[in-house]
Amino acid sequence: MTSSTLQHTRYVISENLVTFGAFALFLVLVLFAIFGDAIAPYDPLASNATVALQPPSSAHWFGTDELGRDILSRVIVATRLDLGIAVVAVFLSFLVGSILGTCAGYFGGWSDRIISRCIDTLMAFPLFVLAMGLVAALGNTVTNIIYATAIINLPLYTRVVRSEILVRREAGFVEAARLTGNSEWRIMARHLFPNVLPVMMVHISLNMGWAILNAAGLSFIGLGVQPPTPEWGIMVAEGATYIVSGEWWLALFPGAILMLAVFCFNLLGDGLRDLIDPRMRT
Amino acid sequence: MAHSTGKVIGQRIFGAIPSVIGVVMVTFLLTRALPGDPAAFFAGPAATAEAIEEVRATLGLDKTLPEQFFLYLGDLVRGDLGTSLTTGQTVVYDLATRLPASLELTLAGLVLAIALALPLGILAATRPNSWIDHSVRLLATAGVSLPTFFTGLFLIYILYYQLGWAPAPLGRLDILYSAPPQVTGLYLIDSLLAGDLELFWAAASQLFLPAVTLGLFALAPLARVTRASMLGMLSSDFIRTARASGLPPRQVLFGYAFRNAMLPVITTLGVVFSFLLGANILVEKVFAWPGIGSYAVEALVASDYAPIQGFILTMALLYVVLNLLIDLLYVVIDPRAGVEA
Repeated sequence: MTSSTLQHTRYVISENLVTFGAFALFLVLVLFAIFGDAIAPYDPLASNATVALQPPSSAHWFGTDELGRDILSRVIVATRLDLGIAVVAVFLSFLVGSILGTCAGYFGGWSDRIISRCIDTLMAFPLFVLAMGLVAALGNTVTNIIYATAIINLPLYTRVVRSEILVRREAGFVEAARLTGNSEWRIMARHLFPNVLPVMMVHISLNMGWAILNAAGLSFIGLGVQPPTPEWGIMVAEGATYIVSGEWWLALFPGAILMLAVFCFNLLGDGLRDLIDPRMRT
Repeated sequence: MAHSTGKVIGQRIFGAIPSVIGVVMVTFLLTRALPGDPAAFFAGPAATAEAIEEVRATLGLDKTLPEQFFLYLGDLVRGDLGTSLTTGQTVVYDLATRLPASLELTLAGLVLAIALALPLGILAATRPNSWIDHSVRLLATAGVSLPTFFTGLFLIYILYYQLGWAPAPLGRLDILYSAPPQVTGLYLIDSLLAGDLELFWAAASQLFLPAVTLGLFALAPLARVTRASMLGMLSSDFIRTARASGLPPRQVLFGYAFRNAMLPVITTLGVVFSFLLGANILVEKVFAWPGIGSYAVEALVASDYAPIQGFILTMALLYVVLNLLIDLLYVVIDPRAGVEA
């Protein structure tokens, strides 16, 4: 980072306290994800019938569920699984999408046609429905939730990378790299792709929120994560039966944390966009 | 012009065919070419070894993959999507009886979202950097961050349990009422056609919460695009000219800026539909709404595979048709789209 970038960063943060708040929240989430087991006040799986279905109190800040498990502990420990699924899924679709998009954009011709046609076919499905079908077909496991989330995000990355590569393909620096004897693959990997990265960071951040929502939605309908594993979506699903009888804390707290996490990534994405390209601000 | 617009519409319809082929192929591959034994899937969890073999033979799973694909195509053409093990009916029958419920919910959610998003977006764009603008921005970011299943439960808790304003979240009609005679399958329209206002009110009050839940989710991208596109339009040259020529502000805003700003909004509708159809599944589960989404979720829980396959195919085809309609709407609204193509 040059000093002007640093200055710009500082300016953006001071101008945009919301982004700074989102970043702080992000750090808390990362902390929970890494040290969740140590931070949680109780064992997230230990049931205790004597304290079942208790509203929030000083002993159990978020209350207890129908088996007397501490909801706060479960919410904290679940962070690792929820963020983990989203991070791995987004990384996979970023990796594969970048390779496909770079090839399609750089080579054009038949490789572009084949890749674009496959991506269009994925886009012909409502994405959550496709994810549901993939998990149902591949088998009901957490790994397959990750694959399904990665596949439905693939079109986004492939398309963005393809169009970004396409506009730079004939640029002067690419021509220069070619004339100095760089191979095609080296030009793509070392000269073209790094130019796409800043734009991709914005998409990754916005996409993380969506991936978390998506994975939680899948486990809400009973796919992937199985009870008694603590996970936000499944906790909301389990709490749903109690909400009509007034035990609101079972579903509210995991749902609220889920919402905060997604909100955090969306705000970070908006902030990053302002940082990278202020003109794109909407 | 009329001739070329007609030609463009024809081209667009023709252009949707590859999507349909792709959708059919992916749905086929989802069941046949993936790890696991499809015969065991279709036979259900409680099937014996002989039953599985029998299903394998009836489904033609002992044949080669291309052969199976043509068999599958043949089944599709005959409208045969298999039989649901849980309901005992054919999947086509189940989907057809449940589809109107899903459509009514999705359309109501969409109408609510559009009715709120357009005024909000325009208000924000005409008063940039005011408190309205900032709250619309916040709302747009918060809206896409809301897990629909959570919003739905929260609304149920407040409006049903605490305030008692909304009816119990148990399907399309209270058990006191019976469904109106079927014309369109949409209870709101059918009850009006039957002239039964009480029934209309009963159906509307059941529909209200799930539709709001869906609408809130779809609201965000629409409001965001409306705002951005109106801002772009309002700062363009032809608006400045219109203002300088002394046209009344209302005419400039709605006659000139709004009409042009609608084009990106219509394009966004495609993404919004993808959101809506996906969120539909979750909302139907929360509100025990008897649509095809909750049908698929029930089938999923019972490892009943034929309904899931039928559901995915239906949703994907529905989405292809909706995208086509959006394309056509675009051609009709923007004459330039006809000339370019």
